[in-house]
Amino acid sequence: MSSRRPVFRHPNLPKNDLGYTRRDYEGLDSTLCAGCGHDSITNAIIQACFELSIEPHRVAKLSGIGCSSKSPAYFLGKSHGINAVHGRMPSVATGANMANKDLLYIGVSGDGDTASIGMGQFVHIVRRNLNMVYIVMNNGCYGLTKGQDSATADKGSSSRKGRPNPFEAIDLCETAVQTGAGFVARGFSGDKEQLVPLLKAAMGHRGFALVDVISPCVTFNNTPASTKSYHWARDHMEATATFDFIPSRQEITTDYVEGATQNVTLHDGSVIRLHKTDNSFDVTQRWSSLEAMEQCREKGQILTGILHVNETLKDTHDILETTDKPLNTLTEKDLCPGNQVLTKISENYR
Amino acid sequence: MNPTDINDPEYFHGVIDCQLACPAHTPVPEYIRLIAEKKYADAYMINWESNVFPGILGRICDRPCEPACRRGRVEEKAVAICRLKRVCADNKEDVSGRLPDVSKKKNGKKIALIGGGPASLTVARDLLPMGYKVDLYDDQASAGGFVRSQVPSFRLPEKVLNEEVNVILNMGVTTHLKTYIASLKEFLTRGYDAIFIGTGAPRGRDLDLPGRQAGKLFIHIGIQWLASVQYGHIKKSEKITLVIGGGNTAMDCCRTARRLGGKEVKVIIRGTRENMKASPWEIEDAISEDIPILENLSPIEFVMENDRLKGTMFQRLQPDSDGDPEKVFIPCDEVLLAVGQQNAFPWIEKDTGLVFDDAGRPRVNKITFQSDLAHVFFGGDAAFGPKNVITAVAHGHEAAISIDLFCNGRDLTQRPLPFTTLAGQKMGMKDWMYNSAVSGEERQNVPMAPKVKSIKDRLMEVELGFNPQIGLKESRRCLNCDVQTVFNVKECIECDACVDICPTTCINFLKNGPEEDLRSRLSMPAKNKSQPLYVSDLLPTGRVMVKDEDVCLHCGLCAEKCPTAAWDMQKFTYKPPKAGQR
Repeated sequence: MSSRRPVFRHPNLPKNDLGYTRRDYEGLDSTLCAGCGHDSITNAIIQACFELSIEPHRVAKLSGIGCSSKSPAYFLGKSHGINAVHGRMPSVATGANMANKDLLYIGVSGDGDTASIGMGQFVHIVRRNLNMVYIVMNNGCYGLTKGQDSATADKGSSSRKGRPNPFEAIDLCETAVQTGAGFVARGFSGDKEQLVPLLKAAMGHRGFALVDVISPCVTFNNTPASTKSYHWARDHMEATATFDFIPSRQEITTDYVEGATQNVTLHDGSVIRLHKTDNSFDVTQRWSSLEAMEQCREKGQILTGILHVNETLKDTHDILETTDKPLNTLTEKDLCPGNQVLTKISENYR
Repeated sequence: MNPTDINDPEYFHGVIDCQLACPAHTPVPEYIRLIAEKKYADAYMINWESNVFPGILGRICDRPCEPACRRGRVEEKAVAICRLKRVCADNKEDVSGRLPDVSKKKNGKKIALIGGGPASLTVARDLLPMGYKVDLYDDQASAGGFVRSQVPSFRLPEKVLNEEVNVILNMGVTTHLKTYIASLKEFLTRGYDAIFIGTGAPRGRDLDLPGRQAGKLFIHIGIQWLASVQYGHIKKSEKITLVIGGGNTAMDCCRTARRLGGKEVKVIIRGTRENMKASPWEIEDAISEDIPILENLSPIEFVMENDRLKGTMFQRLQPDSDGDPEKVFIPCDEVLLAVGQQNAFPWIEKDTGLVFDDAGRPRVNKITFQSDLAHVFFGGDAAFGPKNVITAVAHGHEAAISIDLFCNGRDLTQRPLPFTTLAGQKMGMKDWMYNSAVSGEERQNVPMAPKVKSIKDRLMEVELGFNPQIGLKESRRCLNCDVQTVFNVKECIECDACVDICPTTCINFLKNGPEEDLRSRLSMPAKNKSQPLYVSDLLPTGRVMVKDEDVCLHCGLCAEKCPTAAWDMQKFTYKPPKAGQR
């Protein structure tokens, strides 16, 4: 029995702007099944944080319950982390974000944790536009309890048990767009070339960013008749557009053809540049995003890429007009204005 | 790139860096695993089969395997392969019952070996079990060649040497010791079916400088001086001794001089320490015995005074400096010259049919070791100039194959092929037949005899060798490079699990291209071009799997994380061809 990852890494690992290597963003050894898509997403998160030179101690990882929710243990081992109650990660994330708005919040959840027990929490955190990256490791089944169909399993898709799912599926991306998310994207665990930039863009967005990732469950839901299998995802993937993610520090030099290209500048100054095949798609318009998703659904395709961006929305703190300082840094002096001020306020009500 | 042909025996052989680098291709990881299991005799026999002198080589081998060791590419230091070899030799139980049966039925062929060094002994070892009658000729009183006459006892005790030489002699060699062959021409008439010449490179180079003749009592050729010490003719060294030269012979000379009472011993080299020919560990040992190494000095004169050597005049060699070269006088009572060795065959007449080049080396086929006389073969230093013991052993194996083919009237170029196997190592879900865990332990230091004692006794072995505990720790550092990652493209579902788990980022899935292009596009570019890329056939997505073998730890995690067993860990054994194998 080995399975323990050796201490050695490639001797030429590159360093990022902070002087860290990719290794500094790793976590514990994964205990998920061999071939689990979640491990690939974990690695994409590590890669994205490394490439963006994110300081590990400025990140808080949050999760609920399920295979997916175990995975924060496997990345960013030096960051903060809270493993919440089943489906309640959004509430805990909200609390944490209220206390310290300066951290990068990465929530990891599954289709069960989000679309079933946590559905109520999910739509409301989207409504409130909490500043966080919400990653759904979406495998269409409950892997931890032997592979029952989940709420995102497509109608007619069948898992290893062989019985086609009779119920309609919830499309989390459509739900998120409808409830007002400012950043919605879909990726596939088997395509890191797309997934890593998606995650980087999501981290650059201010407000709620959903990244729904098709993540095949090799043990229970990787059959030829499953729409969440490696095979199916590869055969039915359709992208809104290819895109470049240009971090804020990097100068934008290349020219582009007007119309086929759409630039969206994110809050932190980085730019998403979409190279579209179809000019009618406008990533910043809810109706356009929903239309694109519905059209693909109609054709039995899985639409991936950046599905919707709206940088004009206010996040929770803006809406609530909280102070610029993180609340956990406010001292008694800041919070108790003193007898004099209180008397003045009371005077107003006389 | 075309898909890698893993059925080519040389592909996976190339992945086992140590075995490939070893001239005799000893299966290093295999015997190191046995040491970890405390199966010392088994480990010894694997060595004995391959390199014939495990106890000797476990002390004095040139260790071409260690610079090649993969471990040296993922961390600072290679596995101490040589010292592990000594562990099995030191701790083995009696192996006499495991030695090959020497056929009582002789095949009627008579072979002569001239020179009793490692090359000749290897030929004897390989040919005796097949029924050959083997006669060995050497001018010394015991066999062993340069290993006996040149290698000081504080590095190789005589007991160890005798044990391994005698094993071969006792297999039925007819020895003709103290017998100098003065004429090859005469020898050719003695009716041998084949003659193997392994007489080494016995002539130490001299320096023809002013004062050399006048000071001949105080100036010695290093290898002759070492032999005189070994045979007890020289028992004492002068007070101040200069050793000129930077090879391993120079290191043996200076350390021996220290032991014979030399108070001040200095090594003088023409170049710099970085460029010395001596093995790094031998240089370290000399320095630790208080022997300074003076760089960039070239001798120009031996200075005499009152019929005694007063000192040596040197010229400072400073690259890129103008002006007159500085002269440096170093007082001394004795000089040992260790400036190289040459081949010499004063006993071979010009008209025997053999052809020699300007350096005095015979014309010998590099593969068959056959000379211009069809039944005369050369090996060891005698063939291509001074190298080392393990190379001589490798020559001996090849020459034995040739002699056997020759005596059977076969074509010498139709050589037997290596014997290879590839065997699965899976025992359970995450369980392999080898210890796949990668030890993070650093290279173990070898215990040494206390300097105050060893410096006074030239017979006292300096290195004490690893004890079984240290040996176990060190053996766990081996990365098991012979357990190969075998990829079955048909099973792969391209889930990326192997890419994600690989600790050293060796595995990639990408569009195919020419080798240069592929090497540059890997997630960690494959810059070490001496290491191959393992390329698969086309996958369903139109990509190929490309694995850079360079820093693969053979930890087996790719196979453990593969949901479809497209990756498998399989042990590759490579046995070089042997005499008698067809």
